Amino acid sequence: MNGAHDMGGMHGFGPVRPEPDEPVFHAEWEKRALALTLAMAMPGGWNIDASRFARENRDPAEYLAMSYYQIWFAGLETLLKERDLVTDDEIVVGHGLHPPKPVKRTLSPDDVLKVLHRGRPTERDTNTKAAFKAGDKVRAKNINPVTHTRLPRYVRGHVGVIERVIGCHVFPDSNATGAGENPQWLYTVRFGGRELWGLDGDPTSAVSVDAWEPYLEPAR
Amino acid sequence: MQLRTRALETILLEKGYIDPAALDVLIETYEKKIGPRNGAKVVAKAWTDSQYRQWLFTDGTAAIESLGFSGRSGNHLVALENTPAVHNMVVCTLCSCYPWAVLGLPPVWYKSAPYRSRTIADPRGVLRDFGVKLPKDTEIHVWDSTSELRYLVVPMRPVATEGWSEEQLAELVTRDSMIGTGLAKSPMDVK
Repeated sequence: MNGAHDMGGMHGFGPVRPEPDEPVFHAEWEKRALALTLAMAMPGGWNIDASRFARENRDPAEYLAMSYYQIWFAGLETLLKERDLVTDDEIVVGHGLHPPKPVKRTLSPDDVLKVLHRGRPTERDTNTKAAFKAGDKVRAKNINPVTHTRLPRYVRGHVGVIERVIGCHVFPDSNATGAGENPQWLYTVRFGGRELWGLDGDPTSAVSVDAWEPYLEPAR
Repeated sequence: MQLRTRALETILLEKGYIDPAALDVLIETYEKKIGPRNGAKVVAKAWTDSQYRQWLFTDGTAAIESLGFSGRSGNHLVALENTPAVHNMVVCTLCSCYPWAVLGLPPVWYKSAPYRSRTIADPRGVLRDFGVKLPKDTEIHVWDSTSELRYLVVPMRPVATEGWSEEQLAELVTRDSMIGTGLAKSPMDVK
């Protein structure tokens, strides 16, 4: 979706302000928001792409006004409500009012390190052949899905060069909507600064994005 | 937010979806155990062991896992080599993708609109915000983390560190130098 989360190339946000000796969290609730989101993925049964979409799919003005963990918290509420794990009336009173929905399993303290250690590899076996090889010129397609995508707006329509064939990976555009993993070949594609930003671009800079095959078409 | 978070936690607890002890383990892990010292060990080893360095740049995931770092936000790792000719920087314009396994959770600025919007279009301007100035002819290569690959920058080894041990060298490796918004410290900075 063309949401406020897709910020590459926007102007007006001002300078980057690093915070000296920054703590990992700035408030107690941030820790809980992070941990609840991670812990609920197991009983909730959602995947990373669905959770990213739940965070980015909101009014741009609202998105830009929220802090990072506020967005996480709002995304978590969305995911829980979509699956009827929690209802609006429960959120209003701050207590469970309805019987819990059966869940496959919950995350135990013993699971945590195992689950974190396993992570979630996204590479999949395939018997298809990659359409592109390193050095090929490709154009990022001009796609504008209203659903989740990982092709940022700033590269759409631009020509780059395949830098590396990464492998076959879960395709977020499908996975986010519940349409399955639909693994696709994944490439690192490099775009020159002038190609992306015209004469306002820095000719000594380049940007690489990782792009799945359905995002790309051959270019001359 | 404190109240809203607590209310939601209460609901999830009452409905039996969560075990609070698991939340505590998660928080402790990311607050205390996983952080940029992990990445610093990788970089220091790459500075001292040429075979490891080669392995790191050809199969980052395996080379980093050999030091015990892997898993969530670190299943597919790519190490990027900074040289006098090329300076690498990492960003996630779409959200906050970051190599948790080697750097821990990202700082606020990494997730902020200024960094996400500008790094790809004006990397030298962003470097100026960090007080970093590179030679005009150094190429700046920005990596936008749009897939599940996670990028770790290997900064250049500071001069006048010949004979230093891995442990001493790791002290020179800052978090920002592994994102590409900083350089490794010089020996003068730690004396």
